Amino acid sequence: MQRKMKMVRIYIMGKEYRVPEGLTIMKAMEYAGYRYIRGAGCRAGFCGACATVYRKEGDYKLYADLACQTTVEDGMYLVQLPFTPANKAIYDLEKIKADDKTLVNFYPEIARCVSCNTCTKACPQELDVMDYIQASLRGDLAKAAELSFDCIQCGLCALRCPAEIVHYHVAQLARRLYGKYLAPKAKHLEKRVKEIEEGKFDAELKKMMKKSIEELRKMYNARDIEPEEEMPTESD
Amino acid sequence: MEIAYYPGCTLKTNAKEFEESTIEAFKKLGIELKELNKWYCCGTVYSLATDNLMYRLAAIRNLIKVKEEGYDKVVTLCSICYNTLKQANLMAQQDEEAMYKINSFMDEEPDYHGEVEVLHPLEILKGMEEKIKENVVKPLNKKYAVYYGCLLLRPKEVAIDEYENPSVMEKLVEMLGGSVVNFPFKNECCGAYNVVSDREAVVERCYRIVGNARKNGADAIVTSCPLCHFNLSEMQKEIKKTDFVGLPIYYFSQLMVEAFGGRKCKEK
Repeated sequence: MQRKMKMVRIYIMGKEYRVPEGLTIMKAMEYAGYRYIRGAGCRAGFCGACATVYRKEGDYKLYADLACQTTVEDGMYLVQLPFTPANKAIYDLEKIKADDKTLVNFYPEIARCVSCNTCTKACPQELDVMDYIQASLRGDLAKAAELSFDCIQCGLCALRCPAEIVHYHVAQLARRLYGKYLAPKAKHLEKRVKEIEEGKFDAELKKMMKKSIEELRKMYNARDIEPEEEMPTESD
Repeated sequence: MEIAYYPGCTLKTNAKEFEESTIEAFKKLGIELKELNKWYCCGTVYSLATDNLMYRLAAIRNLIKVKEEGYDKVVTLCSICYNTLKQANLMAQQDEEAMYKINSFMDEEPDYHGEVEVLHPLEILKGMEEKIKENVVKPLNKKYAVYYGCLLLRPKEVAIDEYENPSVMEKLVEMLGGSVVNFPFKNECCGAYNVVSDREAVVERCYRIVGNARKNGADAIVTSCPLCHFNLSEMQKEIKKTDFVGLPIYYFSQLMVEAFGGRKCKEK
């Protein structure tokens, strides 16, 4: 016997559609006949391309989330955002300094933060967005980089901010400055790059290039796998 | 004794020496200033628009953090942060309707109704005369003009002392072995944020304030506000009048550290 699918009502840009329950917003829109040209990417919650806003029936709040990660509910009002128009500062990382004024100089609007926390509420990654903007304002690059580390650049924070801050671009600059000028250098990486440049592995690579797919597959399956370890931190 | 400490952004950037010296001086007096784990910009000015509560969220959120982290008092050094937090706290205690709106908007935080007490370090020092004198090992032997600026004294509801004629900082300087000169400009405005839009006006203020302190025989000016400090010290460099001779500007806490045997204030 064929099981009957339960359907829910959704509104896409105001027009009503009936779609099967349990679909993500993205799949529900495709079910209704929309095709994504922009505003879709990995479909797995990692790339940040499918930022979306929606309302629920009988609720005054505007919600923000990723369309590929959020399940439709009966009575949802949907629209898809293809892009976030946000100012991005132009800089040459080689030429700028990592001091307590750099972020506020490139993005002076961070000083307009009124601590409303709307950015934090909009973040699909559940980051402490307002906290990293506040860290940026007081020039704490390490904290801003750490708190924003899992940002997927979807832009919802910037779209919802009443102070017109472009949080995700600020955070990207914080991470770049932190990575280039403040974080401890990975000595083992420098050593390995040097070895590669000096040709230490050339002979071995050449040997592998000559092997058949069958042999390579065997080698791959028998390879040594390094045990997973905790990443060393600054205090170690 | 431990007390919650709200730094504010300027104490982490332009006024680091104010933070360091206050923490050091208070440690000598047996008071540990514990920085809050979470704090946000205070909002920088207490908005006078009574119907736009958005600009008061920041201050209230900070007071909620104080309560959340288990403290009932918070001390803040910057005059602007002090004034903003203190006025917001008064509103929280008095304006039920405003707090209903603010608490409803900040639905991710517990409700707040003004349970925390906001203090300026000078208020704490008022009751510690003996302890302060006990710690003086190198009495200051200079003459100081004490400068309050506006935000520690106005509006009078949040004043740390008698708002027309304060004396708490003068008493402190004297306890530390310094002497105080007569200084009629002590509670005049330094020009504040006008330094951004009308620099000349602030240079003129600086000329009058510093010039008067010097005329009255001061060797230095003592203040407690990072913005007054900035305007009075940085704008001196832009005064073109030939009769002007500058003065060094210190935070009161730097004088405490010096008198307690720590780092000496820079002669300028």
